[in-house]
Amino acid sequence: MENFTPISALIGGLLIGGAATLTLWANGRIAGISGILSGVIVPGSSDRIWRILFVIGMLTGAVAYVVTRGEPAELELQVGPVGAIIAGLLVGFGTRLGSGCTSGHGICGLARFSRRSFTATLLFMATAIVTVFVIRHVIGGAA
Amino acid sequence: MNTNSNAGRLTIFLSGFLFGLGLVISGMSNPAKVVGFLDLAGSWDPSLILVMGGGLLVTVPAFHLVLKNPRPLFEEKFFLPTAKAVDSKLLAGAVLFGLGWGIAGFCPGPAIVALVSLNSTVLMFFAALIAGMLLHHVILE
Repeated sequence: MENFTPISALIGGLLIGGAATLTLWANGRIAGISGILSGVIVPGSSDRIWRILFVIGMLTGAVAYVVTRGEPAELELQVGPVGAIIAGLLVGFGTRLGSGCTSGHGICGLARFSRRSFTATLLFMATAIVTVFVIRHVIGGAA
Repeated sequence: MNTNSNAGRLTIFLSGFLFGLGLVISGMSNPAKVVGFLDLAGSWDPSLILVMGGGLLVTVPAFHLVLKNPRPLFEEKFFLPTAKAVDSKLLAGAVLFGLGWGIAGFCPGPAIVALVSLNSTVLMFFAALIAGMLLHHVILE
């Protein structure tokens, strides 16, 4: 557990929860990032403006962090280009098919006690854990 | 008044800002941090429990209170998901998403904020993410 960062993780989590609450309270929307992003890019979707503003806000928040700290956020990639493309396709297709991701199901859906979100969250967590196990400890050998 | 009012637009931008900032501060925009959490058999990093726990610590009580209001501040109504059934699409989607998340350590939110790194692999992940969403739209919507 040498990489455990409880303080920053908790502060970040509280901010994410606060942001999701503000989204619902002020604008009546669910802060599910996969839904928001697909609403921006899929042709013919309605209510595009608030989704674009939300995404611009996210990017601005990330830039503000970098500017304030004076150095880039840590980024240690786990895949090369091919892995990134395969994983990106799976995440993009999967989050639309399953109607949500870590934020929509995990943060917002669980807070509404949604059975669908509870099921989806357990399932994508379990699948990701098994996937990492296979990559690191079965295919990757004794790592 | 609606989300297209200036106040509504300002709050939705602010929500995105706080969300993005929270993702970076939490460490979730670093795939090593995410995979370190998912790797139970390795040198396990439980940080993500606190990210999700911190989020739920706010949203569980706050959503309950907010949804007691007749309507949101800047909209006529709440826009909530209506589907109730746990169906095969939900299950298959969650599995595919979990597979991709485990491979790269990126889910959609962190992939967006990591774009500011301008790293070419992140850009490729993001382009593929968009392509996957469009593919779903073309095939199944």
